[in-house]
Amino acid sequence: MPETTMPPITPPITPPITPPEIVKRNKALAVSPLKASSTLGATLAFLGMDRCLPMLHGSQGCTAFGKIFFIQHFREPMPMQTTALDQVSTIMGSDDAVVEGLATIAGKHAPDLIGLPTTGLTETQGADIERAVAMFRAKHPEYDHIAVVPVSTPDYAGSLESGFNAALKAMIERLVPKASVAGTRPGRRRRQVNVLAGAHLTVGDLEHIKDLLERFRLRPVLLPDLSDSLDGHLADTDYSALTIGGTRLEELAHLGDAVATLVIGKSLDGAADALAARTGVPDHRFAHLMGMEAMDAFITTLAEISAEPVPDRITRQRSQLQDAMLDAHFSLGQARFAVAGDGDLLAALTQLLAAMGAETVAAVAPTNGPTLKQVAAGSVKIGDLEDLEQLARANGAEVLITNSHGVHTAERLGIPLLRAGFPQFDILGGYQRQWIGYTGTRATLFELANILLGLHKGEIHAYRSSLKQWPDAERGATAAA
Amino acid sequence: MKQKDIAALLDEPACEHNKKEKSGCAKTKPGATAGGCAFDGAQIALLPIVDVAHIVHGSIACAGSAWDNRGTRSTGPELFKLGMTTDLTEQDVIMGRGEKRLFHGIKQAIETYQPAAVFVYNTCVPALIGDDVGAVCKAATERWGTPVIAVDAAGFYGTKNLGNRIAGETMVRQVCGTREPDPVPAGVERDGFKVHDITLIGEYNIAGELWHVLPLLDELGLRVLCTLSGDARYQEVQTMHRSRVNMMVCSKAMINVARQLKDTYGTPWFEGSFYGVADMSQALRDFARLIDDPALTARTEALIAREEARLHDALAPWRERLQGKRALLYTGGVKSWSVVSALQDLGMTVVATGTKKSTEDDKARIRELMGEDAPMIEDGNPRSLLDLYRRYDADVMIAGGRNMYTALKARIPFLDINQEREFGYAGYDGMLELARQLCVTVESPIWTAVRSAPPWAVRAAPAADATSTPVGAPSPTQSTAPERSEQEAASHA
Repeated sequence: MPETTMPPITPPITPPITPPEIVKRNKALAVSPLKASSTLGATLAFLGMDRCLPMLHGSQGCTAFGKIFFIQHFREPMPMQTTALDQVSTIMGSDDAVVEGLATIAGKHAPDLIGLPTTGLTETQGADIERAVAMFRAKHPEYDHIAVVPVSTPDYAGSLESGFNAALKAMIERLVPKASVAGTRPGRRRRQVNVLAGAHLTVGDLEHIKDLLERFRLRPVLLPDLSDSLDGHLADTDYSALTIGGTRLEELAHLGDAVATLVIGKSLDGAADALAARTGVPDHRFAHLMGMEAMDAFITTLAEISAEPVPDRITRQRSQLQDAMLDAHFSLGQARFAVAGDGDLLAALTQLLAAMGAETVAAVAPTNGPTLKQVAAGSVKIGDLEDLEQLARANGAEVLITNSHGVHTAERLGIPLLRAGFPQFDILGGYQRQWIGYTGTRATLFELANILLGLHKGEIHAYRSSLKQWPDAERGATAAA
Repeated sequence: MKQKDIAALLDEPACEHNKKEKSGCAKTKPGATAGGCAFDGAQIALLPIVDVAHIVHGSIACAGSAWDNRGTRSTGPELFKLGMTTDLTEQDVIMGRGEKRLFHGIKQAIETYQPAAVFVYNTCVPALIGDDVGAVCKAATERWGTPVIAVDAAGFYGTKNLGNRIAGETMVRQVCGTREPDPVPAGVERDGFKVHDITLIGEYNIAGELWHVLPLLDELGLRVLCTLSGDARYQEVQTMHRSRVNMMVCSKAMINVARQLKDTYGTPWFEGSFYGVADMSQALRDFARLIDDPALTARTEALIAREEARLHDALAPWRERLQGKRALLYTGGVKSWSVVSALQDLGMTVVATGTKKSTEDDKARIRELMGEDAPMIEDGNPRSLLDLYRRYDADVMIAGGRNMYTALKARIPFLDINQEREFGYAGYDGMLELARQLCVTVESPIWTAVRSAPPWAVRAAPAADATSTPVGAPSPTQSTAPERSEQEAASHA
């Protein structure tokens, strides 16, 4: 393992107050990719819906790889299907494969919802997924009660985060009725609050959001709700080829009656705009919920929406976070981090670090997007883990934060890794770790501070004086040194 | 230990406190005492001798809650980091099996770890039940041929400071002078470069900070025969008596060692500090002055000129950031002035400094540095420290670890200057670390956030108070009444 590169003791750069410079991809080869496809992002969104089966429109490998990706991360069986294109359907047109696949799933599993994300293959082929679904509807009216949501998510555009938003938006546009048509009215359900929950939120995060809302006597409806489908519980039900748990479809019909919508994640703007346009429910948007500032805004909003006082326990948790900030600031101050992840997660983590006086000296995102403007770093490289490694080395990073693929990067750099984002395949429970809220932030700060304490920064290297009266047993060591 | 021996140790002629109003070391006051006992003081003074098996003879509370919690570091053996105790049981106490257990414990330590020596620390329970620790150690030495030294410093004998002295006394009487120093390694000495032997008393190599200083001493040809006791070997302590000059580093605690070495061997000593550019240079000059070798003096001046110029440049960016920042300093004894000068080197203003453990000499040096009206803090109880912090509008509090949470709970920046700290500030390079750590806390962006009241609380407050003081800010009605606590009798070696 290479020796940890300790940065020279110099004053750090002042934390940025302006958006970071975005450094575009400038090499042919992606080495140790950071990006997960937008197809997978869309799939993830569908996996948060109850009695759903996503069917990826592509070759069977598109699904098989994605299935392993999520199985390893969540350690759960993954309901995922494929249109399984072959040479014939690839060349001659794949509409029939979609129709056949939808009919097979509908007949065999009777889901409430079939998600239909496309892949690079089918988008390149020129598949018209909307038309294929229309063909299915025409041919199989007996399955009219089964919702089908197609979404265009070629893997050559965007990343997991943008695919997630695309699927969410598609579901809203297809399944949430317009207020004028369905007669929904914002606030009719006075305690219902819709939550559009971004892909950067873990199952643990989502559970915490629900818990917070319930403390304000609000009824959260999460869209999607991975904390109900992929929270790793043992259900009493028999084997199911569909998701067990998640947002129930009938909820979508009443999102328009909610008193408010909370949107968590800048990447969800598209979906949020669609929901607001269709329902007129006022929304409150949060880039993330890490750190005190973000949480203060969130809790204040909950208090306003609910017209309830802030529960003492939450006030207490806030002061616990303040105490943790005090305890952790010695370690985190001027600490140098390298962080890689999708935009929302990157923005959240870097802002949290900046608020603690730490510096993000290397920031890498898989794709460009508006979210990156909020990243608290001098620049953000659009790239891969190789870029991250080079930046981290050049800028003397002390700790790495990224997904499990960063293990080897961290080893080569000789610095510790904190796993965040997708996928986390080499540990258990990464999916349920709570990062957000006063409590989650506090736990994160402790973990980061402990990692830094473990580095023994400022350690003075032993100096072996040539004049010291070394005992005979230690003399050899001196000569060797 | 006999009462008269304790009285003799308390009556330390070289200690300034002896002559002034605070005669000897003050008695502890029930209900208003902080700081450790004599056992604690003895143990921390000697524990950094790295190749010795340190056995605590007593029930578990003495060693159980005190082992492996110091930041002192070693270039080699880690034996000193093992906590060893006889862990006396009720049966041992009732049946008088303590001595036997100790004897076997010493055997076990010697057979398992082959230590250079064994130190046995007596504690309250065996002292009360009359275990003859000295006799056991003598018998063990004869039986196994490894030096076994009894350190008789049971907790109830007195304060931590007394324990420091007992430890020093034990070393001078039982270890020092039992071996002659090794010859200077061949090829080091040459024309105009003679090696001189020195000893550093009260230097504990906290966080390895001695390693900031040692390379310079090597360069000058000053051989550290022994540090008492950071990174020391037993065989080094044996040769302490051959030192040409002894330096009392930053502490009064083992002043008896310096005085006795002077009385017995005629070794001159001085009191100095490695903290801050000015004091570091002064310490080097003091060595040269007392050794009085013109070549050494020339080397010393050249080295000081070089290092000060280097530091001046290296500190420039930090000085810019810390310039004008106001520090409230509360630390004991010598550090009350040595850290003042370090902070002034960084362009900071020291608004007040603690003098609870300082001597008149120390205070004179403070006045020299901070002016005649230098505010001195005699009573450093948490309440008054916070009041002073606010009265002087300070930017950072610098004190020992025990005050860290006083400061943090009041949401004010803090720097830990005492033993438990993780960073070394000694030597010229230590100044850079000191500057860095000061910036970490003073410039941290957390202060606004941690002082902020919850938005909902602000809103709920009555209109008049809506823009009120942030949490943690002083409330004018808050009582500043003295909660006289902290009888900080013990010295922080």
